[in-house]
Amino acid sequence: MTRRTWMSNWPVYRQIAGTDRLGRGVAARSPGTAAAEPRTERAQRVVSSICPYCAVGCAQQVYVERVNGTDTVTQIEGHPDSPVSQGRLCPKGAASKQLVTNPGRQTSVLYRRPYGTAWEALSLDRAMDMITDRVIKARAEHWQEHWQSQRARRTLAMASLGGATLDNEENYLIKKLWSALGAIQIENQARI
Amino acid sequence: MGNRLFGPLADVAADAGYTEPPRRMGFFTDTSVCIGCKACEVACKEWNALPEPDAGMMALTGMSYDNTVELGANSWRHVAFIEQERPVPAPAGNGNGHAGAGAGAQRWLMASDVCKHCTHAACLDVCPTGALVRTEFGSVVVQSDVCNGCAYCVSACPFGVIDRREDDGRAWKCTLCYDRLRGGLEPACAKACPTDSIQFGPLDELREAAAVRLADLHASGETGARLYGHDPSDGIGGAGAFFLLLDEPEIYGLPPDPVVTTRDLPAMWRWAGAAAAVMVAGIGMAFAGRSARPGG
Amino acid sequence: MAECHPVAFGWVVEAKRRGATVLHLDPRFTRTSALADHHIPVRVGGDIVLLGALVNHVLSGRHEFREYVSAYTNAADILPEDFTDTEDGAGLFSGYDPGSRRYDNTTWQPTGERDETLEHPRCVFQVLKRHFARYTPELVEAVCGVSRQDFALLADALVAGSGRERTTVWVYAVGWTQHTTGVQHIRTAAILQLLLGNMGRPGGGIMALRGHASIQGSTDIPTLFDLLPGYLPMPRVEDDSLKAYLTRLPDTGFWGLKDAYTVSLLKAWFGDAATAENDYCLDYLPRLSGDHGTYSTVLDMIEGKVSGYFLWGQNPAVGSAGSRLQRLGLAKLDWLVVRDLALIESATFWQDSNEIATGELDPTRCATEVFFLPAAAHVEKEGSFTNTQRMLQWHDKAVDPPGDARSDLWFIYHLGKRIRAKLAGSTDDRDRPLLDLTWTYPEEGEDAEPNAEAVLREVNGYGPGGRLLNGFTELAADGSTSCGAWIYSGCFAGGVNQTARRKPHTEQSWVAPEWGWAWPANRRILYNRASADPQGRPWSEKKAYVWWDEQASQWTGHDVPDFERAKPPGFRPERGASGPAALAGTDPFIMLADGRGHLFVPSGLADGPLPAHYEPAESPVRNSVYGQDDSPVSKLYPDHAITHDQVGGHSAAYPCVVTTYRLTEHHTAGGMSRTLSRLSELQPELFCEISPALAADRGLENGGWATIITARSAIEARVLVTRRVRPLRLSDGSVIHHVGLPYHWGTAGLVRGDTVNDLLPFAVDPNVLIQESKVATCQIVAGRRPRGPALTVLVNEHRRAAGLGDLPGGPERGNG
Repeated sequence: MTRRTWMSNWPVYRQIAGTDRLGRGVAARSPGTAAAEPRTERAQRVVSSICPYCAVGCAQQVYVERVNGTDTVTQIEGHPDSPVSQGRLCPKGAASKQLVTNPGRQTSVLYRRPYGTAWEALSLDRAMDMITDRVIKARAEHWQEHWQSQRARRTLAMASLGGATLDNEENYLIKKLWSALGAIQIENQARI
Repeated sequence: MGNRLFGPLADVAADAGYTEPPRRMGFFTDTSVCIGCKACEVACKEWNALPEPDAGMMALTGMSYDNTVELGANSWRHVAFIEQERPVPAPAGNGNGHAGAGAGAQRWLMASDVCKHCTHAACLDVCPTGALVRTEFGSVVVQSDVCNGCAYCVSACPFGVIDRREDDGRAWKCTLCYDRLRGGLEPACAKACPTDSIQFGPLDELREAAAVRLADLHASGETGARLYGHDPSDGIGGAGAFFLLLDEPEIYGLPPDPVVTTRDLPAMWRWAGAAAAVMVAGIGMAFAGRSARPGG
Repeated sequence: MAECHPVAFGWVVEAKRRGATVLHLDPRFTRTSALADHHIPVRVGGDIVLLGALVNHVLSGRHEFREYVSAYTNAADILPEDFTDTEDGAGLFSGYDPGSRRYDNTTWQPTGERDETLEHPRCVFQVLKRHFARYTPELVEAVCGVSRQDFALLADALVAGSGRERTTVWVYAVGWTQHTTGVQHIRTAAILQLLLGNMGRPGGGIMALRGHASIQGSTDIPTLFDLLPGYLPMPRVEDDSLKAYLTRLPDTGFWGLKDAYTVSLLKAWFGDAATAENDYCLDYLPRLSGDHGTYSTVLDMIEGKVSGYFLWGQNPAVGSAGSRLQRLGLAKLDWLVVRDLALIESATFWQDSNEIATGELDPTRCATEVFFLPAAAHVEKEGSFTNTQRMLQWHDKAVDPPGDARSDLWFIYHLGKRIRAKLAGSTDDRDRPLLDLTWTYPEEGEDAEPNAEAVLREVNGYGPGGRLLNGFTELAADGSTSCGAWIYSGCFAGGVNQTARRKPHTEQSWVAPEWGWAWPANRRILYNRASADPQGRPWSEKKAYVWWDEQASQWTGHDVPDFERAKPPGFRPERGASGPAALAGTDPFIMLADGRGHLFVPSGLADGPLPAHYEPAESPVRNSVYGQDDSPVSKLYPDHAITHDQVGGHSAAYPCVVTTYRLTEHHTAGGMSRTLSRLSELQPELFCEISPALAADRGLENGGWATIITARSAIEARVLVTRRVRPLRLSDGSVIHHVGLPYHWGTAGLVRGDTVNDLLPFAVDPNVLIQESKVATCQIVAGRRPRGPALTVLVNEHRRAAGLGDLPGGPERGNG
């Protein structure tokens, strides 16, 4: 594919008086058209990623541009080098920029107190502290050292569900901490 | 070469004044391998940052899996779904299986429609402001910085492709991803398409590939397969975006014999100088009329 | 496949272009059917009959790949005299105890004798023949509604597409697994593939199409109750020592290295605290005593037995079967932590769930504390996903997550750090595992994000001196190595993150071994030694994949051989050998104790050594294969679920079959698609798909509304009348109508609708505890459903007509 460079060398008089007598092509080009280029050319970085939806594992390229001082994802599309997907994406993969940038994302911590009828704001640090206390308490209050006289060393007071959209590293630490806590009710979509 | 409004045209970009243009680029949409996933619709909207619909406006149409309905200002690819049942010979001695007499072979046609980027584009011919333009790749694009929303193009298009956007009043349609082509990238829909139903490339090569594919399908017994928009001698001089269909064009909502609506217009009703003047006016208007809508 | 895995289906289209025949078995005509050469509609729940008839077709027509079957399967094993088949036991195998609904598999164990001629009446091959003899095309027609013509087409294509020169692949998804007999569906396919020589060979196999980005990874490194990383079992209460624990795995084959895998895992977790003297801290792990799966846990929640619940990108209020019970369970917790991108229904149940309308839930009486913690999206963190082909692919971080959003790695790491800090001075024995846990990872940036590569290095494993291991064969049982998941060992071989490899497919072989990294040992096809004949030669040049190189005295080929590289085909084990040394040079199935593919499975399955057809837990018909109607060992959670009755009043009250599924345009419970306008607009409303015949019978109009009622709930959906859903006529003259329902909607998001999972029961497979989402019985009527308490009244009217009591878990039980 030839690039745009040849276009800019054309003298304007040839557009007017020259070959495009009907004014449907060269002569009618607007500044916007003349300046057209893919926005991905403005990206500072192209990051290698994998589609977060199904398990086919299509490779993605994530274009990051600094917009108003903030690194912003401006485009996600298929990575042509992948032997799995060769640059292709399904509608969900093709929509995955919106998964990141859509305004419906909840980006602050919310808290609903017992019997509450509305969400309240809570700092992340405070939420982490409250959750830590609740884990320690539930575990202490519902510890089963034995089950039917056999050693069990566990608690059935906490459950966990999820992991199938998580990274392996995340699942690994969840299972590791969960086991050290003595909690066993841990499940994910693989069972659902 | 003379400027013409109908009939075969060997080099559409040269006709529009480009010297040594690149090869004419286009789409070949092979609907026989379309799975109706709509990746093309989404990839197009995401790349072109088309306006998002209001949540309250989203409703089921009941037309098979088609909730996009048609090409429009905010949908530049549209996948049609056609459910068919064709009679098949009844299996001998088989009283069971599918209930109901005469149950035939099921067929679910899917086809991704798009602007045809006609060789003789009526939208382009009727545009009084020079907003519509033939690009060096042979495609037809609306220049949003020129368009004043007069909508002459809307009624001129024999396919009902081009459409005015309600909020900004301007006309919009597929650009064959003109910006991407300028950067050496293929259009977003063709790149995403999981089954290569949408193929992008030099139009002459696509026509050759389409002929081979058609022959293969005919050999395998798919006798209803046909090409649509590939023929330079048709009423639009051949499309820059043509199709392989498995049934009559009308089944897909396509006109059977489209003719450029400006065919009978006296030639040369515009001249180049006027086009340039309009362009200047159009720029001013574009700044005045630019929508405050974010990019989506 | 075209519906839920469109990009993978692109390869099917490519195969079809090159001459492959594509057959699609599905109750509905879907977007996959549209591109297949043939679509064969089959009644939901009839899969074992259909597949079993194919087994019978292969055996009775002598179409099996005899050389492969003789050399690579357990066809020659002789079974004991006291083994009885379903043929003799009225639909039950020997060893059944009706009281506990369990099998004792003692009588299923082979005697140790073999008959290589496969003629002995008690050899597996002959037992198999007799077992499947009643699975005939006529039975398929009667049970599945598949015509004999369609069956013949399928059987002929399968046989013609298998052998030395050709292979056939079966591709399945949850249409096979979400049944009370789900595991046996895959088993039947496995028998077929072994008989036809389609395992371990290019273009063969049984491919599971998994639905989430790393659902394979979350099984390998399991966020599952019954497993430890690398498919090691969780200890049970009776495992009172490392030695006792290890007896639960085979001694021979590659499981024979179980001590090295287990000890290395414990070293990775408990570091220096894990010593030979203390059994490497095996005692630190909690023990199982039964079913701790998600459904029994939810029932425990309803009974107030569970204090806290963490949800990680999971939305059970919409996505889990019996979702009404899921929500009632959430309402009885002390606290709930939801980590997601948006406010999903599982976080907002106290505001907007249907049970508030029905009066079953009153927010002012619901005590559950809810913490919503925003999660980072995939481009806002780094880490690896394992795709459906067992391939790990690293994804880099592109941007920081917004606001309070953090990766789940950040959350679990800092939660652990805080817990450990608060318990630092504890002398309580139960806190030792937490305090001895290795929990030090480099922190990066303002948010103190733990380094994900450091975690993956721990998973890969270290040897003496902190050297990264190159693979699981370097693991030792003496405590000198550590490894977080033995099957992933080698993903950091040579100190390089192998999962991040991105060599273009155009610059490497068609196997593409340098893109990402597949477990184990970067092998792309498992058991690939079977791609060569017993002498080590490819079965055919066309299908050459891995072979024995005589000159180099090693296995070689296009892929990494899934075999000991230097073990010659002629190798025969010494008597009493253990571990890999116990397998011969002709035993390709190296994870099995005998190295052979199991046509007959003596242990490991709860529901029998051979597949047998049972009707779903809810079915409109009786079992016409055996006297036993439904699975004798399925788990039905009787207090809360279901209508387990195939006949009588039930079939009049719930005469149709409902099946649920996904659409291309959405993702599972919708948390990642209903929030996106680009996807929401494509499928904006819940609909049901029904045939014109059913529509005419019930007065349903295309685009109108219908109410679908089961013994659990009633929902409303817009109607799509389509010939793609066909009534199936069974041989007794009965006509089965299917009601198809995609399940993506709920009360949140840009597009909303009733929750289809409200309709489904808690009925699960006894092997893996996966619920029967693919089939239940229902009634369908015209119009929208009633609002408020009238909904419960409607459901109870139908329950009473079916001879069931009122809906359990009502207001008095559901409120907080």
